[in-house]
Amino acid sequence: MAQSTHRKKPVAAMIVMGIISIALYATLLAKQDLINSIFAKGGWYALLPIITAFVFSYFHGSFTGSFWTVLGVEASKKKMEVK
Amino acid sequence: MHDLAANFINLDAITILYLFGVGFVGGLVSGFIGSGGAFVLTPGMMSLGVPGLMAVASNMCHKFPKALVGAMKRFKYGQVDVKLGVILGVSAEAGVLYGAGIQEKIKATYGDAGSNLYVSVAFVVILATVGGFVLYDAWKTYKSGNANSEEKAGKLAKWVQSINIPGTMVYFKALNARVSILFTIPLGFATGMMAATIAVGGFIGVPAMIYVLGAPSLMASATELVIAFVMGVGGSLKYALHGMVDIRLAMIILAGSLFGIQLGAIGTTYVKPFMIKVVMGLIMVIVLFSRGLMVPVYLAQLGLIDKLGDSTISLLKNSSFAIMIFALLLGAFIVLRAMWQGRQAERLQQATGALEHGKV
Repeated sequence: MAQSTHRKKPVAAMIVMGIISIALYATLLAKQDLINSIFAKGGWYALLPIITAFVFSYFHGSFTGSFWTVLGVEASKKKMEVK
Repeated sequence: MHDLAANFINLDAITILYLFGVGFVGGLVSGFIGSGGAFVLTPGMMSLGVPGLMAVASNMCHKFPKALVGAMKRFKYGQVDVKLGVILGVSAEAGVLYGAGIQEKIKATYGDAGSNLYVSVAFVVILATVGGFVLYDAWKTYKSGNANSEEKAGKLAKWVQSINIPGTMVYFKALNARVSILFTIPLGFATGMMAATIAVGGFIGVPAMIYVLGAPSLMASATELVIAFVMGVGGSLKYALHGMVDIRLAMIILAGSLFGIQLGAIGTTYVKPFMIKVVMGLIMVIVLFSRGLMVPVYLAQLGLIDKLGDSTISLLKNSSFAIMIFALLLGAFIVLRAMWQGRQAERLQQATGALEHGKV
């Protein structure tokens, strides 16, 4: 996979994940008072920030990964020999 | 604890950009050396008016998803030993709880100044010994001209790998050897204690994996991300149970740090392994000076030395914070520079190869 110099850039994936990521952040900031008041309740509500972190990391993580690939910033072609 | 809700700060565009930017640089360094950023982020948030515990909690809640993304990226490059990371991570979790308990006792007995002094002294002593050694080792590798050669396990690691304790031996891919978990448990515990004390467990975890267990630098720094993830989930849940996580701060920092961690992880594929030690050692030694500057402030607060003037205290505090930011920026600069040079060298090699091929 790494050998191909003409790999297709994941532009569509970047756009889709970017839109979802922006929507997540827009919701978080638009509803911040409500979200803060629920998340600060503690107890079982403690799961909410953890779930939120996983959801954001999935969508935003996929977006940032494709972002660098689309810009052409990719891992070395002759992958690093670790040992 | 619910009154903490009253302490949620107002977010304006400048604050968001600041958190995003520090998150990016912290993520870049973490993606490369496995940890870092927390020592700037926590005081950085406190300077915005976020209460101390909420800053620690929010930092931790951005750390575990960041570490997860970084670990997955570096797993693709074959640099992560999941088994070693999980085993060290679980024992680190115990270390975090024990370390936090010690912190609470010190705070109850000697107050805030006592607690701060303990943290600063731990910083100075550990960073001076471990950081100094890591930097010395990187320098030795550079001077020896063996920077490109395969990393070999040191004497201590060879001894650890030679000890056979029946019933406790586990094979680890990163070490290509079987090691007793009776060695890994204390190392994980120490990493967790460090994370609870100075917020950067990796300053113990990564050197321990390299020098005590015999892992190559690239695998040690990548596996540290698994440890950070395991520790971070547990720690975040503990703080969230008391409603201390400001999810807005955590997610904004995460927004920047996920850009950074991807770049830092990509960077590891271009550099010589000893560069991990260079960046880590340099950051550790510079941060040591930053924390060292604060020691007289806490000593004066405890009445152990003469009182300091307000202007002196403010000068020491500002210098200390500026040096920490400098440490992080220098780390980021070295990572980007090394990555740039690696990419240029690879392109040149490809171009030369293509040219020669064309001639034939």
